Parts: sequence; structure tokens; C-alpha cells
Amino acid sequence: MDWIVKNLWLVPALPILAGAIIALAKQRHRVFAASLAIASMAVSFFLSLGAFVHVLSLGHGESVRQSFNFNWFQFGNEWLKLGWILDPLTAVMLLMVTFVGLLVFIFSIGYMADDKNFTRFFCFLALFAGAMLGVVIANSLLLLFMCWEVVGLTSYLLIGFWYANPRAAAAAKKAFLVTRIGDLAFFLGMAWLYSQTGTLLFFDGGAGCLEHSALTALVTHTTIFGLTISTGIALLIFCGAAGKSGQLPLHVWLPDAMEGPTPVSALIHAATMVAAGVFLIARIYPLMSAHIASLSVLTPTVALQVVTWVGACTALFGALVAVAQYDIKRILAYSTVSQLGYMMMGLGVGGVSVGMFHLITHAFFKSLLFLGAGSVIHGCSGEQDIRHMGGLRKFMPLTFAAYTCGMLALCGFPLFAGFWSKDEILHAAFAYSLTRVPFYMGAFGALLTAFYMTRQLFYVFAGASNRPAAPQDFAHEEPAAIEHGHHAPHESPAVMTMPLVILAVFAVLLGFMGTPLWPWFQSFLDGEHVIFSFAPFTAALPLMLVSSLLVFLGLGLGWLLYGRKPIEDCEAPDALEQVQPHIFSVLEHAFYVDQLYDATIVRLNTWAALLCDWLDRWIWNGAVQTFSHLVLALAWLDNFFDINVVNAGFDAGCQTVSRGSRTLSLLQAGRIQGYLRMIGLALIVLVIFLLWGARA
Amino acid sequence: MTLFFLIAAALTIAGTAAAMSLRNPIHCILSLTLGLVGLAVLYLQLGAQFVGFTQVLVYVGAVAILAVFAIMMTRSAGSPQQPAFSRSWLSGSAVAVVVFAVLAWAISSALPSTKIVPPQPAVSVNQIGDALMHKFALPLEIIGLLLTAALIGAVIVAMPERRETP
Amino acid sequence: MSPLNAYLLLSALLFSIGLAGVLTRRNAILVLIGIELMLNAANLNFIAFWRYGPNPAALTGIMFAIFSIAIAAAEAAVGLGIILAVYRHTKTTDLDQLNSMKG
Repeated sequence: MDWIVKNLWLVPALPILAGAIIALAKQRHRVFAASLAIASMAVSFFLSLGAFVHVLSLGHGESVRQSFNFNWFQFGNEWLKLGWILDPLTAVMLLMVTFVGLLVFIFSIGYMADDKNFTRFFCFLALFAGAMLGVVIANSLLLLFMCWEVVGLTSYLLIGFWYANPRAAAAAKKAFLVTRIGDLAFFLGMAWLYSQTGTLLFFDGGAGCLEHSALTALVTHTTIFGLTISTGIALLIFCGAAGKSGQLPLHVWLPDAMEGPTPVSALIHAATMVAAGVFLIARIYPLMSAHIASLSVLTPTVALQVVTWVGACTALFGALVAVAQYDIKRILAYSTVSQLGYMMMGLGVGGVSVGMFHLITHAFFKSLLFLGAGSVIHGCSGEQDIRHMGGLRKFMPLTFAAYTCGMLALCGFPLFAGFWSKDEILHAAFAYSLTRVPFYMGAFGALLTAFYMTRQLFYVFAGASNRPAAPQDFAHEEPAAIEHGHHAPHESPAVMTMPLVILAVFAVLLGFMGTPLWPWFQSFLDGEHVIFSFAPFTAALPLMLVSSLLVFLGLGLGWLLYGRKPIEDCEAPDALEQVQPHIFSVLEHAFYVDQLYDATIVRLNTWAALLCDWLDRWIWNGAVQTFSHLVLALAWLDNFFDINVVNAGFDAGCQTVSRGSRTLSLLQAGRIQGYLRMIGLALIVLVIFLLWGARA
Repeated sequence: MTLFFLIAAALTIAGTAAAMSLRNPIHCILSLTLGLVGLAVLYLQLGAQFVGFTQVLVYVGAVAILAVFAIMMTRSAGSPQQPAFSRSWLSGSAVAVVVFAVLAWAISSALPSTKIVPPQPAVSVNQIGDALMHKFALPLEIIGLLLTAALIGAVIVAMPERRETP
Repeated sequence: MSPLNAYLLLSALLFSIGLAGVLTRRNAILVLIGIELMLNAANLNFIAFWRYGPNPAALTGIMFAIFSIAIAAAEAAVGLGIILAVYRHTKTTDLDQLNSMKG
């Protein structure tokens, strides 16, 4: 087996090792910590590059997938096996995660420079990177789940990095709990899969659970509601993915996760961790698309239908809510929710390559946008409300240029990366055999995306500077706030702007590897030869025009409302709010989903907790107390018995003995002659006895 | 059963009976002396001359005199104020009578009435001394030890208690 | 009756007289004398058996009597010493009053 496949474990192991070593270092060893983390990430990046080149060289078809499995531990007669896999999907994800991760690490040097907990930050970042890479290379659903949990853990640690801030602590807890709900379903699905197929390895030379024999077995049996077992398992695992990727009912943690430092938001909640859910669905795609024999191959399975609808609803929801937000990171957070919905929709309607293409491009431009937002926040000394920014393009030209590239890519402006990937999704949705509704939802969402990004751009970078005289609130504890005070906004140092520039380049150019003209990315993932031809391009042309139109419409609306008149007054209500205050308020509160959860689930949980407390206090505690009182009573009884019966008995016995002895001692008159008399009598008796005996 | 024996026996009995029944202790001791002398005569009659003389020497000459000294030192010399016999003299005498009865019955029923009287053995002091030194050497030594112990013991017991001056 | 019987009877009589004295007299010294009498009676017994016994040449009886006399003398001395010590403590030789070992 090739060296890179056998040693693929090094890719996640190096960052984890770096994280472990940094955990032992003292806080003041900042240079050591940062350099170790970055070095480990760089080595992992080069290994990923090597893996990618290796996969490229393998050609096409089934041979392009290589795995390495080993026995982990034995129970009963069976061995639980783990392993890693190197195939095109793995290769591209590895490259993306290590590259974006490396850039974010470098950005963090500048961003967290003033923070006291610099070393701890790099420790957690390295651990996260290692765990995420573990998720990517896992060939076993169990190994994937374990790394998945570590990713969730490091996300918790990083969201709550400034743990002294109660909002950050609460947000971390919320993120962990909400994703846990999804993970519970994931675990159930995993257990079910194991019980049905006897293996958790994906590809094991024909015996894996994603391979033909296992899938046919899963498809033939049906369970509740007439679903096939494969559908049931797939839906359960999708719940886990929905939690991690912020799909509609479980999206509530993502906007709150913005309490973490901006590099965290960029890496975890834009590019990698939230993409893990999409990646998981892509990985188990054979399971999701397993058909029963009678159904036509073109009809999507129930699992994929669910994925499509959830994705479409999420995409629209996220876009709607993003329109009415005022926090620069929250806009981007809801935008991420929306784009994740697009990715899921793409997986559902178009397949692995469609969804993954958008995932890869999104990783680059969303992390770019987040890093740019971080640069803006750093330059504005901790300000995050867009109403208090403005005219920053004069002060931060480089950030502005990079941010604009990212924004245009996100909107899907023609020829930027997002245009190609989003278009693939819309094209596949248009061609969806069941219904066109997801397409319409996606199209409307695209319009809204362009609109709210333009709104944000104009608020932040254009117009006059609306920064108030005194800083509004320092509850965020962004590092720049404490140090820089009331300085005028300034450009960030080179260590922060260089990653922005690099990401901007990718945001512009990355899309060209997946155009309909030359769909290299899709062919690479599907394991086929890439064909350069105009036919698909011309077929897709009408749709490309339609989507471009939508983008221009959105940009135009944005300019109309926010760009024509520069925004002077930072306290004035938003232009939309003036037009439709009620709808705006609903959107601003994200359709009151959080409040709904609070009123139902959280309240239920509180009641359950109170009930348990009451039970504990009165019933269990009461039982324990009763028992202890019983024991005490028994002890008192024992004591009573001991003192009055046993002691008295013993004392009475002793008294009887002494009385008896006193009585007997009356025999002792103390007079010698009495004793002698007795001896005399005894002598007589003895003599008689002897004589009688002698006679007889 | 000769006359001589009867006279000696009567003497002994009279003396000892008087010793045990007289009121004045000094009189008792004197009667005892008489009885002991009678015993010595009986020993002589039996042919144990050495024992007889030893009896007179030790008993009459030492024990009786010692008893007299003791009586005088304990001020019971004069006529005693209290009665001579204890309160339970009847049961005591009854026991003594019973003992005599049993012993007499044992003696009379055990041995045959008539027996061949062996000849008088001729024993000299030389023989006794020889026996003491050879056959009975160990008992002799032990007796010596005993007498020493008794001597020391009597001295210590009878010594007046010394008050320890602080 | 044979001479031996007579001597034995005499010895028994002396013994009983001595015992009667021991059991009935009040004075402690006289009780001791009674004990001496009993010892003497035993001595007479020994000598009588020696004279009329099977083997007079062994001198066993005489030896026994000699040792008995010696021991009786030692015992009389120690006993009288004890009586003197008791008299010093209690100022009396009346055995009826010397009952502090009572009960």
C-alpha cells in the first residue's frame, strides 16, 4: 500500500499532538504555542497536498478509493475495526480544511495578540483542527462519530473562550446542547446500522456498510411507516448532520456562537465544523440514495427528499432573517445558516459533487468574510454594530477590497466562485423531478442574499463615519477594545490582511474548476474523466442568465435603499423597518424561534428539573431519613435493652453470686475449733470408708 | 498386759486427761508433764530406750517449758476469767468420743486377739546412730533444715513489730 | 488381747483425749498442747508396731518416732510464736473471740 495511505493518520495526529503539547505549556510561551500549531498545520497541509496528488495519479473508477483498516478491540468473537480512507472526497476536504485552517491560524496571531489567553486559544484551535481532519479521513462511522464529538467539544471550548462573559458561556452551552440533540439521533442511527450490517466501516473490500451487499440488505427490509431500513438510518444520521450544520429546527445555536472570537467564527462556524454535517451526508450518500429494486433510479429516495426540503427551508429562513440583523457577525451567521441550507439542498437534488462544490467555495469566501469582519472589528476597537460603523473604506482599503471580493462571491456575482457553485445547485433544483418549489425557494434566497450583503456593505464601508463619541458597550470583550480605546479606525497589521488577500484570490478564482464548460471538480469527485465541452455550458446558459439577473436585482435593491443616500444617523431605523415595521421586527427576532424553544422545551426541562429536585428532596431524601431514623431508633432500643436487660441481668447475676457467697460464708464462723470438728468428722467417715472397703 | 503396763497406762491417761480438763493452764501443763513421763516409761517398757529418753528431753524439757513460758507471756497464768471450755464443748467431745469408738472398733476387729509375741529386740544407741548416718542420712539433713527454718520462722513471727521511724 | 492391741488401744485413747482437748478448750495454747498429745499418741503407735512388728532390726519405727519428736518440737515452737504474735495483736488467747475470719 502506498506510503501516504498508510500514514494518512498523521494528518489529524500532528495537530492533536501539537494541541496536547501546547496544553502543557505556560501562558507566557506564546511564540512557542503559535509556531507549534502553525507548523503542525503546515505539515498537515503538505501531507494533504501529497494525498491529493496521489489521488489524482490514481486515475478513475473504483480504484481511486483506497482505505486502510485495522482491528481496534475484540469483544466476543468479533473485532471492532477502525480505519481511514483516501478518496477524492477526502482529498479535497483535507486540502480545504488544512489550507483555510492554516490561514486562520496565521490571522489569529494578529487578532489575539492582545489577549491574555493566547496560548490556550492555539491549543484549542490545534485540537479542533486535528479532530476535524479525523472526521474527514474516517473510514468507520464510529471513528467519525468520535472525532465528531471532539469537534463539538472544541467548538464548545472555543465559543466559550472568554468564559467570564456570561453571554459567551451561555452560547457555548447552547451550542453543545443543541448539537447533542442531533448527535443522539446520530448515535441511534449508528447503532441501528451496526445491528443491521454488523460493520461500521464504510469501505472494507466489499464488506463495508456503504458497499453493495450491505446496502441491498438494508434496502430490502422495511420498518415503520413503510420506510426502508436504509432510509430510517439515513434520516437518523441526518439529524446529527442537521444539528452540526445548523439546519432549520436546530439552527438556533449558530447565531449565538458568534460570541466566540472571530477566527473561531471564521474557521469553525463558517468553513469547517458546520460543513462537517454536509460532509457526513456526502460521505454516507450511498446509504441515502440506496434504492429498492422496483423504484426507478431517477426518483429520489425519501431520505434525500427530506434533505432537500430541510435544506431549502433553511436557505430561505436564513436569508430572510439576515436581512434584519444589525450585528456584523450575526448577519454573516444567518448567511452561513442559509448557505448550509443551500448545500444540503444541493446534496438532495444534485448529488455529492453539487453539494461539495458549494461547500468548498463557501469555505473560502465565508471565512474571508468573517476574517474581514474580524479585521473591521479589530480596527474599530471592538465595535460590532453596523449602525455605528460607516465610511470604513477610507480607513481600511485592503480589508474593503477583500471584503468586497468575498461579498460578491457570496452573492453569486457572475464569474466569482459562488456564482458557479450556487448555479450548479439552482440548475439541479430546476431539473428536480419531483417539484420546482425548492428551486423557487433557492432563487428567492439568492435574491435576498445579494440584498442583505449589499445592505451590510453600505452600512459598514460606505457613507460617513457614524461611530459614536463614546463606545457603546464593551460586553463583547473583543481584544482590541481594551487596548486601543478611542482610536480612529485603522487598517489591521499585515499578519491579518495577508490571509484576507489570499482568501480573496481563491474566492475569485476557485469557481473556475467547476464550470459547466470544464467540470473538473465534479468529475474528480465522481471518479470520471473530465470532458471539456460546450454542450452542458449552453444548456445551462439560460439558467445562468436568470440567476445573474436575480443577483443584479438584489444588488440594485440594496443600493436603492441603502446606497443612494448615505446613512447619516446611526440611531435612525433601518430603511426596511420604516416601510414594514412589523415584518422587520419578526425578521429581526428570527421568527421568534428561540422564544418558542424557551417557552416549550426549556420550560419543560425546567419543570422536569424541579420535579426531580422535589423527588430527590422529599422522596429519596425522605426514604434515607426514614431509614436513618429507623436505625437510630433501633440503636436506642438496643441501648435500652443493653442497659436494662443485659446489664441488669448481669448485675442481678453478680448480686446473686455475692449474696450466695455471703450466705455460704456464714458457714465460716471464724472459729478454729469448729473447723477442726469438721475435720474430725471427716476423719471418722474416711476411716469407716476405708475399713468397709478393706473388709469387702 | 502386765501390771507394769497398766500402771504406766493409768498414769499417762490420768495426766493427759487432767491436762485437757483443768481450768488453770499451768496446772494443765504440769499434768501434761506427768502424762509425758508416763509415755516415756511406756517407751522404756517397749524397749525403745533412746526414744524414751529423747521424749523426756525434748517434750518435757523443751516443749512443756516452752508452753509454760507462752502461758505466762500471754497472761493466762492465773485463774481464767472466762470459762475454760468453749461454747460448743458438747459437739467437740461428741466428735472425740465417736473418733475413739471408731478407732477402737477398727483396732479390735482388725488384728487377731492372740498372737505370738516376738522376742524383745536389742537395740543400742550405736545402731541408731549408725542408721541415722547411713540409711536415714537424708531425712536427718532435712530435719536439720526444717529445724533451722522453724527456728528462724519462730523468731520472726514472735518478734515485736518495729515501727518504722520516718 | 495381745500386747499390741493394748498399746494400740491406749494410743487411740490418748489420741481421743488430745482431740477432745483440741475441740473443746478455749485457750489457744492448750489447743496446741492437745495437738502435741495427738502426736505423742501417734508416736506410741509407731513404737508399738516396731516392737511387735515383723522387722524390728530395721529400726524404722524408732527412726520415725525420733523424727516425729523433732518435728513436733519445731512445730510447737513456731505455733507458740504465732500465738504470741496473735496475742500481741488481739490481747487475748480465747479462741472463741478470735473469729475475725468469720463469714
